[in-house]
Amino acid sequence: MKDFTSILAEAIGLIFAGDADLIEIIALSLKVTLSAVVIACLIGLPLGAAVGAFRFPGRTLVTILLNSLMGLPPVVVGLVVYLALSNAGPLGPLQLLYTPTAMVIAQTILVTPIVAALTRQVIEDLDTEYSEQFRSLGVGPLERMKALLWDARYSLLTVALAGFGRAVAEVGAVIIVGGNINHVTRVMTTTIALETSKGNLELALALGVVLLVIAVMVNAAVMGLRASAVRSAYA
Amino acid sequence: MREALQTLSEPLTEVPDASRPPLAEPLLSGRGLTLEIGGRRLLDAIDIDIRPGRRTLVMGANGAGKSLLLRVLHGLVSPTSGHVHWRGRPLDKAARRAQAMVFQRPVMLRRSVVANLSFALGVRGLRGAERGRRIAEALEQARLGDLARRPARVLSGGEQQRLALVRALACDPELLFLDEPTASLDPASTQAIERLVDDAHQRGVTIVMVTHDLGQARRLGDDLVFLHGGRVAETGPAQKLLDAPASEAARAWLEGRLYLGDPGMTT
Amino acid sequence: MFRRQFLTIAAAGLITAGLVAPLKAEEKFIVVQSTTSTQNSGLFEFMLPKFTEKTGIEVRVVAVGTGQAIKNAANGDGDVLFVHAKPAEEKFVADGNGVKRFDVMYNDFVIVGPPSDPAGVAGSNNVTDALQKIAKAEAPFASRGDDSGTHKAELRLWKAAGIDVKGASGGWYRETGSGMGATLNTGTGMGAYIMTDRATWISFGNKGEYKVAVEGDDKMFNQYGIILVSKDKHPNVKADLGQQFVDWVVSKEGQQIIADYKIDGQQLFFPNAAPSGS
Repeated sequence: MKDFTSILAEAIGLIFAGDADLIEIIALSLKVTLSAVVIACLIGLPLGAAVGAFRFPGRTLVTILLNSLMGLPPVVVGLVVYLALSNAGPLGPLQLLYTPTAMVIAQTILVTPIVAALTRQVIEDLDTEYSEQFRSLGVGPLERMKALLWDARYSLLTVALAGFGRAVAEVGAVIIVGGNINHVTRVMTTTIALETSKGNLELALALGVVLLVIAVMVNAAVMGLRASAVRSAYA
Repeated sequence: MREALQTLSEPLTEVPDASRPPLAEPLLSGRGLTLEIGGRRLLDAIDIDIRPGRRTLVMGANGAGKSLLLRVLHGLVSPTSGHVHWRGRPLDKAARRAQAMVFQRPVMLRRSVVANLSFALGVRGLRGAERGRRIAEALEQARLGDLARRPARVLSGGEQQRLALVRALACDPELLFLDEPTASLDPASTQAIERLVDDAHQRGVTIVMVTHDLGQARRLGDDLVFLHGGRVAETGPAQKLLDAPASEAARAWLEGRLYLGDPGMTT
Repeated sequence: MFRRQFLTIAAAGLITAGLVAPLKAEEKFIVVQSTTSTQNSGLFEFMLPKFTEKTGIEVRVVAVGTGQAIKNAANGDGDVLFVHAKPAEEKFVADGNGVKRFDVMYNDFVIVGPPSDPAGVAGSNNVTDALQKIAKAEAPFASRGDDSGTHKAELRLWKAAGIDVKGASGGWYRETGSGMGATLNTGTGMGAYIMTDRATWISFGNKGEYKVAVEGDDKMFNQYGIILVSKDKHPNVKADLGQQFVDWVVSKEGQQIIADYKIDGQQLFFPNAAPSGS
């Protein structure tokens, strides 16, 4: 096997070669992952905020559940989504199996608990600070949740990033429900898995480096935004 | 008030409302307020009347229960037993909306100065031009006009407390609770706060304030409730009580001594 | 200002979400459930564009182990099944999941081994004898262990050699429970003998010092078959498009293309469809 310098060189070569197939794969990776993260946030942020800000019976149980679901094995999620979307399954008529939509669904299931569980923690901490002032002002429940989410927005960006990290690196679920079909559902991680199984370890590793570079760029962009917020004491 | 004092000095038994003398109708009254947390009795059968338009001070040593009493009166903490009445009726949403509170450490939203004011007014259902007018007025009062667009949390402690105070006043409360609002401020900031409180009082806002500052108590106090160990040790006109305290607890506190006895006993 | 940035991010995300949602519903395509050996060898990449060019039908290949491919197809999640486990394929048709099975092509299995050749089987063309030697020497042997076509064939050969590998599992007999590529990566790493189809081996990129040790036994023949999934049982099957693909694969043209596919001058698959086609 080649050494790491040559693998790194190959990765850089891959990035600058602008290979159409690779660009297509990267674009699909980002599309699927970002879609899943956005949907997971639309569900997970209000859910986590509600659990974090309100006291209700069974709250501890819900918290434990959310925290545990963060560790959902991707393959299990993949199987469950496969069984649901399969033509033999309840959602078969939708004809979503082996499409990017199926991959988005699987990743959303994986990411939502992460977003919800981390949001709960962030919101609970902020609520501790705000709670008396809010009750003094007579802030209603919905208004309170909105205000907490808004004021925690920069911490919640980090939460979304955690979800992005999980989704973009995930292979077990998307390979089952997407089928790793060339030009249709092939993403970075499934390509890496495929090249590994073909014994093309250098190419697989180089693709891994490319994936890492993309993740670094997304993180840097978001953290840059957050840093400017921290400077203005908004975070 | 003298009758009230006598009543309060009696053994701490339940005092039926009907037996109250028809003094000035209290704006807010607490009866038999007792609070126990984790088996500890933090407030012990406190009776208190807040009269409209007056400035009532709550004083006492650390741990006497001053902040807790304010929270119970404001409805932030439910007493273990006893009740709080607003204009002779139990606290409800409308009553809460007629009150505001400023905390020792100002709670600033992670937003601009203007947005902090705007949020509080929005909660009270104010929108549009009226909200804009009140925001401008509050900024003017607090002399924060130049900082209006700055994040509230980068302001100095004094500026934040001024903002917290005008934010509370912008909601147009009848009764304002202040929990040691100047405890960590320098003399100039303290003066600015006192002026704002005084202005509010001039406009007819009833004030209930916790303070450790004797000078402030003399400057701002009409009535004084002195707590010791979760009980009322003494109440009376502020000047008189500060000049000639009747209870050993108040006397010890004023002389800077640590006092561990019963609140009302004069030994 | 911050509010605007934040909203921009949110909006960008939503737009992205919207882009994925609409499916390419208007395209003509079929889903073929197949095996890793056909995909990893590069045969499909060579073959399928020619079919698409001719018919306008896109072929989407889901490459998994034969066992999983058959199960997926039995769930109706595919229009055509293209695998290599004749008995299981015949059962698939008998159960009503498939219309009819056609032979497509064959290649053969080989056993690859490390240069040290601990069982002394290098150069053998008698697989029964070789497996007995490996068992006797307790030389490490990496098995797919995943119910794939290759795994099934391997178990048949052990049975024929009279060796119970179940008892040795975890000892010298190591089941990886993964695909061919992963098993080759693992097996070569632990110095084990591995049975693989020749096509995968020729195109495998991480051979290291490994060489083919056992080959050329008739028992190691590896037949591939193609089946149209039954529309009667699975109403979503695109029977018409699927049939066109099956017909083309077993046609003279399709068979010639299979014969033409070579890596380093070596032919990987040998077409043997019945001359009449369907």
